[in-house]
Amino acid sequence: MQNILEVQHLKKYFATQKAVDDVSFNIEQGSIFGMLGPNGAGKTTLLRMITGIFFPDEGSITFEGRKFDAVNDIIRIGYMPEERGLYKKMNIGDQALYLARLKGLSKAEAMEKIKFWFQRMEMETWWNKKVQDLSKGMSQKLQFVTTVLHEPKLIILDEPFSGLDPVNASLIKDEIYRLAKNGSTIIFSTHRMGEVEEICDHIVLINRGSKILDGTVKQVKQDFKENLFMVGFEKEPGVIEPNAVFEISGTKGDNIILKINEDYKPHDVLQYLLGKGLEIISFHEILPSLNDIFIRLVEGTPLARQFKAIDA
Amino acid sequence: MNKIGLIIEREYMTRVKRKSFLLTTIIVPIVIIAFYAVIIAVSISGESNTQRIAVLDEANLFNGKIETPAKDKSSYFFIHDETEQSFKTKYKDEGYTLFLYIPHSYNKDSGQIKIHSQAAVSIFVKADIEKKINEAVEKKRLLAANIDPDIYKKIKADIEVENTIDSGKGEQRGIAGVAYAISFIAGILIYMILLIYGTMVMRGVMEEKTNRIAEVIVSSAKPFQLMLGKIIGIGAVGITQFAIWIVLMSILQLIIPFIFPDFFQQISNPAVMSNPGMQQVNPGKMVTIIQGLHSLPIAKMVLCFIFYFIGGYLLYAALFAAIGSVVSEDQNEAQQLVFPVMMPLILGFVIMTKAVNDPDSGLAVFGSLFPLTSPIVMMGRITFGVPAWQLALSMALLVLGFLFFTWLTAKIYRTGILLYGKKITWKEMWKWLVRKS
Repeated sequence: MQNILEVQHLKKYFATQKAVDDVSFNIEQGSIFGMLGPNGAGKTTLLRMITGIFFPDEGSITFEGRKFDAVNDIIRIGYMPEERGLYKKMNIGDQALYLARLKGLSKAEAMEKIKFWFQRMEMETWWNKKVQDLSKGMSQKLQFVTTVLHEPKLIILDEPFSGLDPVNASLIKDEIYRLAKNGSTIIFSTHRMGEVEEICDHIVLINRGSKILDGTVKQVKQDFKENLFMVGFEKEPGVIEPNAVFEISGTKGDNIILKINEDYKPHDVLQYLLGKGLEIISFHEILPSLNDIFIRLVEGTPLARQFKAIDA
Repeated sequence: MNKIGLIIEREYMTRVKRKSFLLTTIIVPIVIIAFYAVIIAVSISGESNTQRIAVLDEANLFNGKIETPAKDKSSYFFIHDETEQSFKTKYKDEGYTLFLYIPHSYNKDSGQIKIHSQAAVSIFVKADIEKKINEAVEKKRLLAANIDPDIYKKIKADIEVENTIDSGKGEQRGIAGVAYAISFIAGILIYMILLIYGTMVMRGVMEEKTNRIAEVIVSSAKPFQLMLGKIIGIGAVGITQFAIWIVLMSILQLIIPFIFPDFFQQISNPAVMSNPGMQQVNPGKMVTIIQGLHSLPIAKMVLCFIFYFIGGYLLYAALFAAIGSVVSEDQNEAQQLVFPVMMPLILGFVIMTKAVNDPDSGLAVFGSLFPLTSPIVMMGRITFGVPAWQLALSMALLVLGFLFFTWLTAKIYRTGILLYGKKITWKEMWKWLVRKS
């Protein structure tokens, strides 16, 4: 697969802080890419460079194989910033039309797309309403529609689910999957790991302006696994004596969680337990959640919100 | 660039379509004019048409006879064998609208001449009666001093001094008074335009920032396009509003004489107009004013007005836009931040009030060249005749000033609109300015 976006050694320093400090990553065409990081890690600054709002101090951005051209390429990008909003007093149809035309659609094209999307998201009756009359969830939906209306190649969503109820969140989630299936690439920025785990193929973790993790969700979990397994028994297994193969790290009713010692394999555990005459009904590996990994990596960095000082 | 076009269109259409725009543009001038029309109508209307005036002339000022010209609608009736107190209660029932009482001695100490009426007497009727009384008194005094009234008329002087300006284009009629008024009005108008529409730009930017739409837009268009589009769009709203006002005013000016024909009749009545108690204007002076107006460089003034309107607006709108972009949600903060922009505006206004009195003073010349004050001050000077080089320099400086300030403020704007929930200090703004882009 071709990379739609390649970011090389990107740097952006503000007056007193290194907002983005030498970050590189590639994003495959058609993938759902998660950009994670605590609040104030530099995600927004990074996204603003990718969307042409900021110019990087150093480094290069390659979009669809060519050098990123902030003026002409932004019409192929749809960006929903975290701090988002709409004109409160403008009616919704006109607003969608205006935003679509700013992205380079002709009036007729824009009308057609708006009708399609409004129908799809069950918003047809909203046309003459004003944003100030919409609920937060409704305006969020509208915001999403205006972001993807012009069928951008690259869709950047910064915290797209904040403020959405579960019904609307899953509606938008389905749309994200569908868009990715149809060939759009999605960058999904958030600090909520649960969402990422579910949706993303590939993630990077940003902290204090630097990339500290990069890989597929599966790979990352493998890298951070602690060889923990959960074993379910038919009945209370009683006391399992300490042995060379594993250590018990917890019990949960009829289940026990154990950590396999080095040089041993899951197979050895089963053999040991079966040898004790215990009846096993389930056996599976416990992979760390992204949340655990995230906390483990970010924790201990002094005040995650602070950037590194320039002269540090 | 059609993105700027789109932004201009949105800024323009959303404002023009708003109900408040319709209200301020169409209703306000009508209300103002109607208000004045009512005041004028009330002051001249009512009994002024056909007055039946009862006169109790104890001093025998009129010798029992008052000359009334044919067009004078009032008629005077002398009554006898009554006192002020006794007739005061009766004149209405006897069919008189007014009762003029002239006591034996009518100087200020011993008692005044009075007009009794049911409602306030219109200024025109009062002026007419005063004039008649003054003429009668003058005549009496002249006779007492043994002076022939006809000779006195010949002796009495009413001389006016004319001022001519010896400009290159030959002599011009003196226009000091007219020039003063027109200059002042033009200066105030520019000042108000800059203030009103500048603030409108600032509010528009603040709206975009607090609604958090700014970042959505700048992911489609450049911040500079957004800023310029807003400034031009709102400027176009201003021009539309002015155009509508001018059209409305002209229409109303044509209509009013039909609605209040009396008013113009009265105005054109020299007897009323020349009365010293009324107004310091006589027909001769009216002619001078009209001639003065005609001799003013109207075309030049209109062109300058348009130029300084647009130039001044663009300059100040850029400044106001920058202020709007750094204000966070706090309205009080806006007032603090806007102060440095208001200063030169107010300074310009103050210099303008001086400049209309002394158009060639150093201060006035400086004020009309300095781009932050020139739109206001130059309008205050323009009617008095400004040397061509000063006008050219002032315009050039204004254009340069506009370019400079737009470049400068665009830097602040670009950073400011994307910064949320943080109070921005002057120091930070300075850093944004000096930072290389």
